[in-house]
Amino acid sequence: MDHRLAFHNVTPHHHKYHRKADLDSFEFTYKAEITSVYRLTEHENLYRIRIMDSEDRRHFSFRPGQFIMLEIPGVGEAPFSISSSPSNHEDIELCIRTAGNLTGVLSRAQRGMRVGIRGPFGTSFPMEHMHGGNILLIAGGLGLAPLRSPIAHVQEHRSQFDHVDIIYGAREPAQLLFKFQYEMWKKDDINLHVIVEKPDPAWTGDVGLITKVLESIIKGRDSTFIDNTYAIVCGPPVMFKFVCAMLAERGIPMQKMFVSLERRMHCGMGKCCRCNVGSTYTCLSGPVFDYWSVLNLKEAI
Amino acid sequence: MLFRIAEKTELKALFDMLAEKNTVVGPVQTDTDRKGKPLFAFEQITDQGKLRLDYTTTRLLAKRYFLPFREDLATFTVNGGDWTKDIDYHIDRPYVFFGLHACDINALNKLDKVLMGNVYPMPYYVAKRMNMFIIGIDCRPQPFCFCRSMGADTVLHGFDLFLTDIGDKYFIEVLSAGAYGIIKDLRTETPKESDHLQYMRTVAEKNKLFTARVDTTDLTKILDMEFQSPVWKQWGDKCLGCGTCANVCPTCYCYGVEETVDVGLQKARKTKSLYSCNIVDFAEVAGGHNFRPERSSRLKYRYYHKHRGFVEAYEESLCVGCGRCGEACLAGITVPEVIASVRGEEQ
Ligand SMILES: Cc1cc2nc3c(=O)[nH]c(=O)nc-3n(C[C@H](O)[C@H](O)[C@H](O)COP(=O)(O)OP(=O)(O)OC[C@H]3O[C@@H](n4cnc5c(N)ncnc54)[C@H](O)[C@@H]3O)c2cc1C
Ligand code: SF4
Ligand code: SF4
Ligand code: FES
Repeated sequence: MDHRLAFHNVTPHHHKYHRKADLDSFEFTYKAEITSVYRLTEHENLYRIRIMDSEDRRHFSFRPGQFIMLEIPGVGEAPFSISSSPSNHEDIELCIRTAGNLTGVLSRAQRGMRVGIRGPFGTSFPMEHMHGGNILLIAGGLGLAPLRSPIAHVQEHRSQFDHVDIIYGAREPAQLLFKFQYEMWKKDDINLHVIVEKPDPAWTGDVGLITKVLESIIKGRDSTFIDNTYAIVCGPPVMFKFVCAMLAERGIPMQKMFVSLERRMHCGMGKCCRCNVGSTYTCLSGPVFDYWSVLNLKEAI
Repeated sequence: MLFRIAEKTELKALFDMLAEKNTVVGPVQTDTDRKGKPLFAFEQITDQGKLRLDYTTTRLLAKRYFLPFREDLATFTVNGGDWTKDIDYHIDRPYVFFGLHACDINALNKLDKVLMGNVYPMPYYVAKRMNMFIIGIDCRPQPFCFCRSMGADTVLHGFDLFLTDIGDKYFIEVLSAGAYGIIKDLRTETPKESDHLQYMRTVAEKNKLFTARVDTTDLTKILDMEFQSPVWKQWGDKCLGCGTCANVCPTCYCYGVEETVDVGLQKARKTKSLYSCNIVDFAEVAGGHNFRPERSSRLKYRYYHKHRGFVEAYEESLCVGCGRCGEACLAGITVPEVIASVRGEEQ
């Protein structure tokens, strides 16, 4: 009697249109090319990246707030929020701070460098829910990178929103990101408030912490404004903690404030556990959470 | 489930039948410890004489065959500015696991929930798991075993055959069709009522041997309430942050990914290595911020993941009560003691 057991051969296939449940989506990488590197500040660059296969490129879609895993073979892979408009199907833009190994190699990248992209992953800002309301888009420091995608949505759907404010705080004027866009935002009837902690001699704007300018903005608004307002807050935990507390105190329900959490991530797919906050996977249930959920996560802030 | 009875001498026939055309992995004695007690590990075997079905808990896990400590997720061929990515799930044959204990089969069932679910199933695991033929074997509880508290002392699915030594015979549970195909070529009988009684007596005897236990009543809620409890600091002060507990745990699957370039610069690889949440940089992010800088917060996190978060997601805990972590811990930290202290019980 031959008792050779059957071998279930699971070999990787290259699927073009993969779903989460497909085995092969796990390590599926889009090959992409860096089409431009634009220096924003001393430590941050804006990378424009294009998926090489034109059909893949057409099918790649994401929502504001989602992230991708960017891979340089032999160097590493790391999560980055997509910083461009979801309606742009040609290139995606990433605003990346040089912080270590992978980002260091990226900072020296030339146009044409080939990288891998996996994703998009994670939850997004529920932009459509906010249609018809006012929106406060609040960023501290590098938080403007993930915020730029919802800002693009607002610009493209400006008539769907009532009052729109961008409130942006940075340490010093030299660290301000996306300066070239400020005039455009204003032209789209967006109120832009920029505040820095340490002014330089040329600085004429506000000085102080972001809560200072926020306070002056929401103080003057009446309850009909507050009742109809959503907020998206991106920045370091201390910053969004103070900002959300201030907004909550002014009467904005915590379910109408959205934040993006940053954690270490090695997979983006709920497997490596590096991103866990308490027992919640930031890569699957986040990175975008409403503030009520954040407060209910053990060890979130 | 189909039940059969076989003489003990049939074990060799079963082994030989499977080993003839397949790769068999089973418990063997590898060494003795300082006190002269045997040490066991799961290894590939071709000779049934080497198989030690009377083994106690193995320190070296069978896990390395389906969740290896280190595995390449992909390799790259680098060619000037361009590259191609090659993926291999690293399995080329079925494996027979001859003699897994109930706790270790339960551990597999728990891993399946995360690694074979429909949200990004992990193909490296799935491909291996689909090629496992598992023969379970009953065991003698050791002083550190608290599987009964975790509901993992018996196993209902996730294996092909399960053997229970009921004295002079084996009581056999036949779960899969594949297993049936093999059993029919062995000399077995339908169990008689007296065999059933003997089986139940054996199980009852075994249950008397448990000494370690954990009270899991309301545990998720208690952990939630005791998040700020000072006992975590006390355990944290003892913990060395070495990660051994995760290393020996059959249900731990957390990992890290690293990429390297081979000498010659033509090849690069993306390697996954199992990691432990007790190690200092587990949750460190760019800019140097560490979300769990203290050993106490990391140790606590390990308990919360296993006994709270996993329960919330799957209604069972991510611990089978095998006691390996406590046995291996140089600081003597054991699950029953930690949970009892969180519950405010004196040890
Ligand atoms: C959802 C999400 C969105 C992000 N979006 C942006 C963005 O838009 N722009 C941006 O500049 N940065 C972003 N980051 C941070 C970015 O992932 C890190 O800067 C990057 O991982 C650093 O990689 P590195 O190889 O250069 O650093 P390394 O040399 O690997 O290490 C530098 C530091 O980064 C930490 N680190 C290493 N790997 C990871 C990892 N996989 N995840 C998190 N931290 C890690 C290390 O602990 C170390 O302290 C985001 C992170 C997350 C989780
Ligand atoms: S609990 Fe024990 S084995 Fe685990 S990290 Fe701490 S000292 Fe090491
Ligand atoms: S946590 Fe400890 S007792 Fe529980 S399964 Fe892991 S090693 Fe076994
Ligand atoms: S990044 Fe791996 S589990 Fe979330």
